Amino acid sequence: MSDDLKSGRIVIVGASLAGLRAAETLRDEGFTGDLTLVGDEPHPPYDRPPLSKQVLLGRVPAADVGLPARRPVDARWKLGVRASGLDPATKEVLLRNGERLPFDRLLIATGTRARPWPHPEEARLDGVLTVRTVDDAHRLAERLDAGPRRVLVIGAGFTGSEIASACRERGLAVTVAERGPAPLVGALGGTLGAFAARLQRAHGVDLRCGVTVTSLTGDAGRLTGAELSDGSRIDADVAVVALGAVRNTEWLADTGLAAGPRGVACDAGCRAFDMYGIVTDDVFVAGDVARFPHPLFEYQMLALEHWGNAVEQAEVAAHNMVNPGPRRRPHLAVPAFWSSQFGLNIKSVGVPTFSDQVTVAQGSVEEGRLVVVYGYRGRITAAVSVNRAKWLEHYRHLIETAAPFPPEPGAADRPASPKVVPSDVPDPRVLSHGPTVALTGHLPDRRLAVVRPMA
Amino acid sequence: MQIVVDLNRCQGYAQCVFLAPRVFELHGEEALLYAPTPPDDQAERVRRAAAACPVQAILVGERAGAGAGTDVR
Repeated sequence: MSDDLKSGRIVIVGASLAGLRAAETLRDEGFTGDLTLVGDEPHPPYDRPPLSKQVLLGRVPAADVGLPARRPVDARWKLGVRASGLDPATKEVLLRNGERLPFDRLLIATGTRARPWPHPEEARLDGVLTVRTVDDAHRLAERLDAGPRRVLVIGAGFTGSEIASACRERGLAVTVAERGPAPLVGALGGTLGAFAARLQRAHGVDLRCGVTVTSLTGDAGRLTGAELSDGSRIDADVAVVALGAVRNTEWLADTGLAAGPRGVACDAGCRAFDMYGIVTDDVFVAGDVARFPHPLFEYQMLALEHWGNAVEQAEVAAHNMVNPGPRRRPHLAVPAFWSSQFGLNIKSVGVPTFSDQVTVAQGSVEEGRLVVVYGYRGRITAAVSVNRAKWLEHYRHLIETAAPFPPEPGAADRPASPKVVPSDVPDPRVLSHGPTVALTGHLPDRRLAVVRPMA
Repeated sequence: MQIVVDLNRCQGYAQCVFLAPRVFELHGEEALLYAPTPPDDQAERVRRAAAACPVQAILVGERAGAGAGTDVR
């Protein structure tokens, strides 16, 4: 019955982590048909997390971050060419070079790109960079090698904070400007935001919160510095724009799919919705570009910019692309991510922004080793560890079973009287950095998928 | 040889750091940094590290890129 699903033509648009893992899974599951991967970058699939860590520290050349394959995928690769459109009626992907790729089933895995500096003229100044691609990271590593007098990082989300950490480890002067009240606050809330602010300052970062960069200034085409909303001025040779990511959905405009600035809406089986909320059966979505309903978070649509989600969702999408209805699987993995910065290992399970309260369940802010547990209406929805990674598996189980918040005593060093405080997750619109976890409501209708532009 | 470590899975047991210290290192107490393209002379050590990882977080491939660009039809 399912033999026809194991053959035919599958096109995967997006040749990064999700695209590669989906291609491998398709072959693992017995797909013998024609497989084509389209990637707008000229590089074969590579791994992004090392770009803001090992690569910026100068320990690993940017060219070394290629992803190993789990198995041969026997595919046709179209690299260095962007998909420019989709014709749902004829079932063809349109490429910018004019080519048309017919498909029986399509996987959309186009991910995100770095949000650019909003003033194009200033963005063109020599010394203004972003970090998203291997080429970006290579350029920034070269700049850091040259020993700039000061690096300005705009936005204190995970990427911005990791960049600042790499700069400090290299002994470079660095200023971080963030519109919100603290670094990482958009993803982790007030308690760990305050912790991150102290951490950055203790490592010599000139951290400015509650300010915006009003302009980048240059001389003869070279960056000289920036002006801040509090009237101060920073002299800097390098400015790294770390304002979060933009989802690559423009190529799907007017296709009738529920695609917009918040991603492409899909069901728990990774099948894309059309703009009326009707699920398709030949267009699938995975990775950073997807927004999907999650039962642990009241079936709100989640959009996750996480390495683990790209892998797990790609595997589910690929499985469902070659299996009939009753054998299909839901994408139910508990979201998880990590970051390393300033010598600390920060790991998260669940959705910390889906919370109203937090408590430090183990360790303490003072000792710099702790687990913060997040609750929403009396149940545990997330946990974040700092140098306590071994505990997260325990909390993952509590999240999956909707265990009561605050948690039962879990360790001998639990504070005598656990203090429960508000989680203080700010409205993402007040932050410089975009959220890497976005709760995007319940409706797949693309007319509701609107993000207000940042001032 | 090309490797990637699933750092969601990694819990900092550091077996890899002992077995292939030129490829894996701890940055601070538990953050793992590694060389995604280990030198050839480290290949055997990396394979042993991958086998010894208590949470099986290390994926070892022969080379990067899944054959992209080589099996174009």
